[in-house]
Amino acid sequence: MAKFRETAMRYVFLLSAVLCIACVGVICVYLLGSGIPTMFEIGLDNFFGTTWKPGSGSYGIFPFIVGSIYVTAGAILIGVPIGVLCAVYLAWFCPQKLYKVLNPAVRLMAGIPSIIYGFFGLTVLVPMIQSMTGTSGKGLLTASLLLGIMILPTIIGTAEPALRAVPRPYYDGALALGATHERSVFSVVVPAASSGLMSGVILGIGRAIGETMAVIMIAGNQTRMPGGLFDGLRTMTSNIVMEMGYSTGLHRQALVATGVVLFVFILLINLLFSLAKKKEGTE
Amino acid sequence: MKRTSSLRRFRGHPAALMQYLLVHLAALLTGGTVLVLIGYILITGIPHLSLDLFAWNFTTENQSMMPAIINTLCMTVLTLLMAVPVGVGAAIYLAEYAKRGNVLVKMVRITAETLAGIPSIVYGLFGFMFFNVALGWGYSMLSGAVTLAIMVLPLVMRTTEEALNSVSDTFREGSFGLGAGKLRTVFRIVLPAAVPGILSGIILSIGRIVGESAALIFTAGSGRESLSFMTQDGFSLFAPLFQSTRTLSVHMYNLMNEGLHMDEARATAVVLLVLVLGINALSSYLGKKLTKGKEL
Repeated sequence: MAKFRETAMRYVFLLSAVLCIACVGVICVYLLGSGIPTMFEIGLDNFFGTTWKPGSGSYGIFPFIVGSIYVTAGAILIGVPIGVLCAVYLAWFCPQKLYKVLNPAVRLMAGIPSIIYGFFGLTVLVPMIQSMTGTSGKGLLTASLLLGIMILPTIIGTAEPALRAVPRPYYDGALALGATHERSVFSVVVPAASSGLMSGVILGIGRAIGETMAVIMIAGNQTRMPGGLFDGLRTMTSNIVMEMGYSTGLHRQALVATGVVLFVFILLINLLFSLAKKKEGTE
Repeated sequence: MKRTSSLRRFRGHPAALMQYLLVHLAALLTGGTVLVLIGYILITGIPHLSLDLFAWNFTTENQSMMPAIINTLCMTVLTLLMAVPVGVGAAIYLAEYAKRGNVLVKMVRITAETLAGIPSIVYGLFGFMFFNVALGWGYSMLSGAVTLAIMVLPLVMRTTEEALNSVSDTFREGSFGLGAGKLRTVFRIVLPAAVPGILSGIILSIGRIVGESAALIFTAGSGRESLSFMTQDGFSLFAPLFQSTRTLSVHMYNLMNEGLHMDEARATAVVLLVLVLGINALSSYLGKKLTKGKEL
């Protein structure tokens, strides 16, 4: 009887593990299975075209792909330098007392829901940019700014441990050769931690490209090709949220297909991430 | 490490001064952003908090957030009921049963990483297409909860596995030495020792559930009414499961989207922020307790 229970529970645990794999399997199969046929039904020319007018049969999501890439690039431009430098500060410059405040603050930032970031963007950043530029205030710059803030904790959280994992003798050696503290850190420690920093950046990209609720509030959501820094644009994520509620038929299928494109982007980013991690392991 | 803090040491090292200033600027910007963000939400929100906003029922005149708070609570419990047993079970399998280098372990790890990287809107899209449309559940709490359960599963699994791995092997050997079987060892010895770590993971998941909006808008929908056991066919125990419900985050999104009730949105932001920050603080407190236990 006891033996039976042992074996039974073993299989229960095994089943839970298999269930996790099944979840991913079902999500992949279901999304790809309903998205890819749609792409062909719409026609690849149409689907990756530049006009999105579901009413008249145009389902071009190219502007949204470009929008997502622009916004992510903007977030990276703003978030990565600040994030990496802040991680360097936390790991090598911060006095113990300040660390006890700053470290929880960064963690706290990671816990704030994206809808609150969106609210902050809508009520603070948008009016600010509006009064500075005289435009609507919603657009590429605002979205990049907010996403840059949002990916900070992701980048810092990955980069700081990577910087701390660099063996101490590297730093000591540089110092012994007469380099200043700053030079030892930036010329020896930072390059040694580069693959760890890279995985932080890749995680940040993943977070930025998948962000939805904050972006939808502040990006303007126009369906045309993204133009200048202050022009409104629409990302793949916001396209899904904007129109899913009332769409039917092929229009809804096209939105699922948008999700598939986003999904493929994320899978590619995951692949990059695991490659960066592997490199970190071998170094 | 002793460093002269006077700026004089930068004489002849302009690059070092540059780097010194840059890292401090970055830290200042980050810390400043956190302060401004939280300060802004609290300062603009707290004056709008009123007892009316916590009234039992939602009406168009009074955008009460009470139903949303109750929905959030139910949604959280329902999600955890599904995600925790599966996540903990899977973690037990990975940490206690699976042999090193097992193919299944590798697959679970890859899928968990994949699941963790998927943006919540993709979960929402999947949940909508699969549970709402294909299974015909419609906008319902159940559909939202299952979607969220899939979403937090990797988080629960990873933190539990870490907690189990951090339990010293001497515990297991002692238990086996006294004649206990594998199952008894897991449930009586290893799991209790790992409880703070597991709890910290679960609480982290609660934080994600409470803050989530993109995955819920199209699965649980945005029904404003309080949960009720009555349907047009009379009393049903399962009626709330199939009712469209909005959690606090979705409630806030709707208030902002409609744009008519920004004051209420500000107040909701305060409640949501305090809730999520409290949950996260609890989680990191438990996490710290775990590492302290290891040192002893």
